Amino acid sequence: MSAATSETSLTGADIVLKALRDQGVEVIFGYPGGAVLPIYDALFQQNDIRHILVRHEQAALHAAEGYARSTGKVGVVLVTSGPGATNAVTGLADALMDSIPIVCLSGQVATHLIGNDAFQECDTTGITRPCTKHNYLVKDVNNLARTLHEAFYVAKNGRPGPVVIDIPKDVQFAEGTYRSPADSMPKSYRPQVKPDLNRVEEAIDLLAKAKRPIFYVGGGVINAGPVASQLLTQFVRMTGYPCTTTLMGLGAFPASDRQWLGMLGMHGTYEANLAMHGCDVMVCIGARFDDRVTGKVSEFSPNSVKIHVDIDPSSINKNVRVDVPIVGDAAHVLEDMIRIWKARGKQPDKAALAQWWEQIEFWRARDCLRYEKTSKVIKPQFALERLRAAISGRDDVFITTEVGQHQMWAAQFLPFDRPNHWMTSGGLGTMGYGLPAAIGAQVAHPDALCIDVAGEASILMNIQEMATALQYRLPVKVFILNNQYMGMVRQWQELLHGGRYSESYSEALPDFVKLADAFGGVGLRATEVGQVDDVINEMISIRRPVIVDMCVDPKENCFPMIPGGRAHNEMLLGPDEKVENATPEDGMVLV
Amino acid sequence: MTARPVLSAPPAIERHTISILVDNEPGVLARVIGLFSGRGYNIESLTVAEVDRDATLSRITIVTTGTPMIIEQIKAQLGRLVPVHRVHDLTMEGPFVERETALVKVAGTGEKRVEALRLADVFKARVVDATITSFVFEITGQGEELDRFIGLMAELGLVGVSRTGVVAMSRGPGGI
Ligand SMILES: Cc1cc2nc3c(=O)[nH]c(=O)nc-3n(C[C@H](O)[C@H](O)[C@H](O)COP(=O)(O)OP(=O)(O)OC[C@H]3O[C@@H](n4cnc5c(N)ncnc54)[C@H](O)[C@@H]3O)c2cc1C
Ligand SMILES: Cc1ncc(C[n+]2csc(CCOP(=O)(O)OP(=O)(O)O)c2C)c(N)n1
Ligand SMILES: [Mg+2]
Repeated sequence: MSAATSETSLTGADIVLKALRDQGVEVIFGYPGGAVLPIYDALFQQNDIRHILVRHEQAALHAAEGYARSTGKVGVVLVTSGPGATNAVTGLADALMDSIPIVCLSGQVATHLIGNDAFQECDTTGITRPCTKHNYLVKDVNNLARTLHEAFYVAKNGRPGPVVIDIPKDVQFAEGTYRSPADSMPKSYRPQVKPDLNRVEEAIDLLAKAKRPIFYVGGGVINAGPVASQLLTQFVRMTGYPCTTTLMGLGAFPASDRQWLGMLGMHGTYEANLAMHGCDVMVCIGARFDDRVTGKVSEFSPNSVKIHVDIDPSSINKNVRVDVPIVGDAAHVLEDMIRIWKARGKQPDKAALAQWWEQIEFWRARDCLRYEKTSKVIKPQFALERLRAAISGRDDVFITTEVGQHQMWAAQFLPFDRPNHWMTSGGLGTMGYGLPAAIGAQVAHPDALCIDVAGEASILMNIQEMATALQYRLPVKVFILNNQYMGMVRQWQELLHGGRYSESYSEALPDFVKLADAFGGVGLRATEVGQVDDVINEMISIRRPVIVDMCVDPKENCFPMIPGGRAHNEMLLGPDEKVENATPEDGMVLV
Repeated sequence: MTARPVLSAPPAIERHTISILVDNEPGVLARVIGLFSGRGYNIESLTVAEVDRDATLSRITIVTTGTPMIIEQIKAQLGRLVPVHRVHDLTMEGPFVERETALVKVAGTGEKRVEALRLADVFKARVVDATITSFVFEITGQGEELDRFIGLMAELGLVGVSRTGVVAMSRGPGGI
């Protein structure tokens, strides 16, 4: 071999590291094993890329999601073959549903052993095919660099998502040539980012003529980068129209703005859902008409013309038929919308808009998030209101959640004025997401305040990650709203199953204060209203991992709620509303 | 403004022939089939073969059924698969030809054997194998034509059928 070619000849493991560096990767989350030892060895011999050792591969994915969502970068994961890869599956499915860009490298048994039921072999590409945006098995070391670069391209372009690269161990040892990112573009994948301007003109015409308009904004605006949120805010303020966001879109428009109606959907506000139901022109930007948002599809916003902006053509006309489909990146489309609105000298219909706002304010006056004030027992909403007060004015707070009632209350009661500061598992609804996601966010923002709003059931699904937090001195806070129930399950059992609490009581809970202590963190507990502020302030002031056991009213339910199979105008506003027949029979089968 | 009526009658089910140009790489067929089974779409017929060796491209032809909204979804879902270059809905894009080939084995003697041969002639099926007691016919045409031929053979000693599935192409000089 000549000197010139041997210079570019690297082992597969070194190619992996070089490609990651060339992609600007600073951190990877992973867990070692036999099939990735060559890559771990290469990691050991360099200092550019930091490795965070999680305690379970699922957590590596969620941590990478938290890292990605809080930075806008691609999250990177490294796991071993077999059980390493299968443990990663939940996190991959989660990232796919929530459009989070992830590159996950997995080790595989040596090429000649594939298909032989070798030790720790599993069909990783087969298993992960339906829960990734794309995946690869690299059998030739000379394809490794190109595949890695292509994977980053695919993960972050178009609708973002997780990509798996399965690398057999012999390929990690073999020598091959490196290729740069520039000459590693995929042959076929070129998502459309610039919209068809005729469609945008059409949308602007409809918008200007609207009498009861609404912006319905989703996670796609966050995917499109902070500039998209700025453009959205600018456009919404220019028009003076109301705006509602999905669970995934929280922060895309400032929550403190009067034009924001709160979250919509199953646990959305009265005003947001009724405005969606009664609007005459709806502009959906980067949201996907999820069933948690639409309620009964046939009665969803029955009298509106619908404009839908989405980068993924398969999101358009999937659940709800729309009138003006616009395929493109939210930032590009918003830029065009603003430009055309100005160029055509468009003005909102002032009189109609004033009337519309009057109606909305009337709905808003119902104060749908109000709850019973208590002097002793802690209402979960109260705890979150106090948390909100304690963090208000700070712009370095990142909130993650687990899944359940606490997640919905966090969405309703915490303030999100900017994108990328809120991370939750929306599409898959994965209990166990919050703590590793907070760890990922904290790794990216070491000095920030990262809080996982948790339930006592969910937190046990990835509690082992406390050890990760301790090892890397990540001062994450776990804020448990401990209601001693799988509250969300209990609420549905009350609504649909005659209050038979089958297996939804959190029996044999650990002492969370001692648990924090056992991990080397700090445990705090509040059992009555008078202690809430002190505990919150102490949690914030401690620069170490903290678990707060906030002992809340075990029977509180989350309202408003649109029962399964109901329409937006059939919301339950509180526990006093009749719950019998709340869910029609055909709604029973819905989850 | 367009008020959307609550759906009363279920929308009609349509049959579409979809032609997809894909990178001929491992797993691409599994991706396409997995998409159909995972999302509950129908496959009436699926054929695949390499069509451009240098560019390593294959063409997949799928015949599927569904409501207009489902058909639109199928195309959008196919379009976002990374190794997919192009998706063409031949049914929507003007006239096209559709062909399928079947090998049909018939065993028998005497009058039935003579009748089978006579019908094969009527259907322009070729004899590609013959013994004293059997024939293998090759027939190419539209799916329904094949169905009819096979139906007739069932009465004349049909032993087995092997069908290729549908291949299709738009009419006229335009390429895809
Ligand atoms: C217990 C529970 C209760 C829930 N209740 C509610 C509820 O009450 N209300 C609610 O809203 N949600 C709720 N959810 C969440 C819900 O399940 C969905 O996850 C959520 O509604 C989807 O948000 P989204 O429509 O913003 O889409 P996302 O899942 O964020 O998808 C983003 C969309 O934007 C598109 N996109 C991506 N990038 C771009 C880009 N650059 N430009 C343009 N478009 C882009 C994508 O193609 C996709 O269509 C709940 C979840 C759980 C677990
Ligand atoms: C991995 C996983 N398993 C099961 C569920 C179903 N589920 C949704 S919410 C919930 C209860 C969560 O209880 P807890 O964490 O205490 O939150 P709470 O509702 O009480 O606030 C369950 C079991 C889920 N979302 N994820
Ligand atoms: Mg609970």
